[in-house]
Amino acid sequence: MQPLALEVRNVSKNFGPVCALDGVSFSLRKGEVHALMGENGAGKSTLMNIIDGILRPDGGEILVDGRPVEIASPQKAHELGIGLVHQEIALCPDISVAENISMAATNSRRAWLMDYRALRDRAGQILASLAEIDPQALVGELSISEQQIVEIAKALALDCSILILDEPTAALTEREAGKLFGIIAQLKARGISIIYISHRMAEVFAHCDRISVLRDGRYICTEEVSGTTQEEIVRRMVGRHLGDIFPAKNPDSATAPVLMSVGGLSDGARVRDVSFELRRGEVLGIAGLIGAGRTEIALGICGLNRLTAGKIVFEGHEVTPRDYAQSISNGIVYLSEDRKGAGVFVDLPIAMNISALDIDRVSAAGFVSRAKEQAQAKGLADQLRLKRGSLDDAASTLSGGNQQKVALAKLLSVCPKAIILDEPTRGVDVGAKAEIHRILRELATGGTGIVAISSELPELIGLCDRVLVVHEGAIAGEVSGDDLNEEAIMRLASGLTIEGQEAR
Amino acid sequence: MSVASGTGEELRPVAARNAAGGSWRNIASMREFGLVLIILALCVAMSFASPYFLSWGNFRAMLMSFSIEGIVVVGMTVLLIVGAIDLSVGSVVCFAMVVAGTAFLAGIDPWTASLAGIAASAFIGVAMASFVTLIGLHSFIVSLAFMVIVRGLCLAITDGRPLSLFSLPPSFKFVGQGTVPLDLRSLGFAQVYDVPVVILIFLAVVVVFDLLLRKATVFRKVFYTGSNEKAAQYSGIRTNRVKFFCIVLCSGLSGVAGVLYMARFGAAPPTFGVGMELNIIAAAVIGGASLKGGSGTILGAILGIALLSVVSSSLTLLDVPPVWQDVIRGMILLAAVTIDHLLHTRKRARGAVRAG
Repeated sequence: MQPLALEVRNVSKNFGPVCALDGVSFSLRKGEVHALMGENGAGKSTLMNIIDGILRPDGGEILVDGRPVEIASPQKAHELGIGLVHQEIALCPDISVAENISMAATNSRRAWLMDYRALRDRAGQILASLAEIDPQALVGELSISEQQIVEIAKALALDCSILILDEPTAALTEREAGKLFGIIAQLKARGISIIYISHRMAEVFAHCDRISVLRDGRYICTEEVSGTTQEEIVRRMVGRHLGDIFPAKNPDSATAPVLMSVGGLSDGARVRDVSFELRRGEVLGIAGLIGAGRTEIALGICGLNRLTAGKIVFEGHEVTPRDYAQSISNGIVYLSEDRKGAGVFVDLPIAMNISALDIDRVSAAGFVSRAKEQAQAKGLADQLRLKRGSLDDAASTLSGGNQQKVALAKLLSVCPKAIILDEPTRGVDVGAKAEIHRILRELATGGTGIVAISSELPELIGLCDRVLVVHEGAIAGEVSGDDLNEEAIMRLASGLTIEGQEAR
Repeated sequence: MSVASGTGEELRPVAARNAAGGSWRNIASMREFGLVLIILALCVAMSFASPYFLSWGNFRAMLMSFSIEGIVVVGMTVLLIVGAIDLSVGSVVCFAMVVAGTAFLAGIDPWTASLAGIAASAFIGVAMASFVTLIGLHSFIVSLAFMVIVRGLCLAITDGRPLSLFSLPPSFKFVGQGTVPLDLRSLGFAQVYDVPVVILIFLAVVVVFDLLLRKATVFRKVFYTGSNEKAAQYSGIRTNRVKFFCIVLCSGLSGVAGVLYMARFGAAPPTFGVGMELNIIAAAVIGGASLKGGSGTILGAILGIALLSVVSSSLTLLDVPPVWQDVIRGMILLAAVTIDHLLHTRKRARGAVRAG
């Protein structure tokens, strides 16, 4: 048995009433590449944030090199030799590679003056073993994959012996990912232990030694890669019953008339030749990994992103929109996944939020009618059972679920014929989630076409009549009826076919 | 204050509405109310300090002193609400004077010349708005550049010498210098007041824009855009058009102010309005407009410039040396925004507790 670099015993973490980690144990051998897998929300990020000292556990213990430790801050984690490379790149684009690499190290040294020469030399040393990147280049001028390598170098600058990589390939092309795996192999040869978080089945099986699976905040199993199969891991990741009760589906959706047909959509970057049809009264799901291009498809359809090719035919007419305002008047609306950033105006009153999409509906002769605006807001708030004080309260006074209802009410204010929702229940508690599902199904029953983009497989399976799976900007497949299960979706989303071979 | 107590607060999100309780507490928690109190307190204190302070003559002088600037403050407030800023207003005011004055001296009748001056100012706005919306530069830096460019144009057009416009016809001068008698003796007032036309024009602009800003759909989009530009885009609002409109509006109103100054002074000095932008931005900010956009009221901004004006007048009456007056004005601006910030953060903290 090899010695352990890191051991996590029985760690728990609650966020209010939500249990994110429930007695999770996990061990990392010296010099191994250990994949951590699980659906979105399984608790991987929480666990990594605890190991990196960003979050404090509610219970359990952590051992580094066999000694129990308390990791109170990221700085403490650095001292213990733990480096975390976040999924999002967090570099300063306007300063040099060398300065970025030494940022954390500089911070812990507390010298008065910067020794730029030493800094450049050190960065050069670290980078030399990784890739050909000029330490004096500005980070903003590097490609995404080079920036990723700078992130890794930043972690290595702290002399870390344990490196955590959180979905490092999410933003990389295949060739760039290939380079990254070369670097991982090198690091491994130097005796560095690596925790590798990824959704991509194929790369995990090609480059990792062991796999641990988390599900719903619980530890499920750890397997040697040589002793398991991709099918087995997928089953372990998703194997659960659907706890939520979803509204009944529409049995006739497959034969209903087509409401919108999207043909050959491309945006020159994240969306590649996407075509599909949306039927009247149908709830159509769009699944795929984060970064696969799901949101970009929706933005393209609604005129919020520029398209390079493709057209949208709606109720028999071509309606490829010039901008979102035109899309709204065509009856196609979009709910952003970023509720606080783009979904609601948190500082504005609820009623003003709801009327924002088409202010003319509550106006006469160019002036907003307070009576009409209040009546509109009240009607929709009642329909969606919005829990609120006054409609003149700022949206920020509402809970996440109720803010989401305000965002939904805003869309419904224009009586849309097709609604595209991006993560409709993200950050929403269980009760409000079920209500939003009920509302969406009711809208569909009323003849509206619903497209739901979601990272939560149970939601897609419980809510949708049919699910499209997106992989790297293109539609990898469609599942419906008996095929509509988590395994099938995960397979397609990770670049496999339903039957079991690698798609490419 | 009837403007403020009615539907006026519907656009004042967290601050006013969340303070639970009756409408009296709503009014009392508004920034405008605090400003009125401060101004009244200053007036009372000053009336003891100087016998001239409470005279109609002094009041008229104070009103006159900020009436024309007040028109620019209206434009600046709209611009701040949309999340932009305009440093060029002083230069643009002067540009309207110089263009109108030059046109008049070239033989064009003063009314048409004035329209030309206003149009020229609005055109400057169009140019700035193009750089902001089409190229995506920040309005701060664009207007900074135009502040210098337009000032240079004023100097170039006039060759650096003030234009004397004594030959302006009396009918035109009346706009800037004339008064209208206001007979309120039947209401118990002691005398007939001569109200300058400029003040009447200023009040008309304030009332119209206060109404528009609270009620008109066009200005509603200004609030949406300033509150959260991305959310506005994701609500189908063409935010670039909204910003374009606001920038041109601010420059246009600066043009109106410039023409009024011309009528009042009967001259067009090419160095007029240097530093004016700072006073105007200060007034709007004291009145509650946020530099981050999304909030502000016309009434607040007007009270802001009124406060600055009362302070200036007080300092003069108290014989404070002019060299020290700026120090005091600056400290008042600092105190106003500090107090407001502290009150605001506390309110927000309370709001968050309720939500959680």
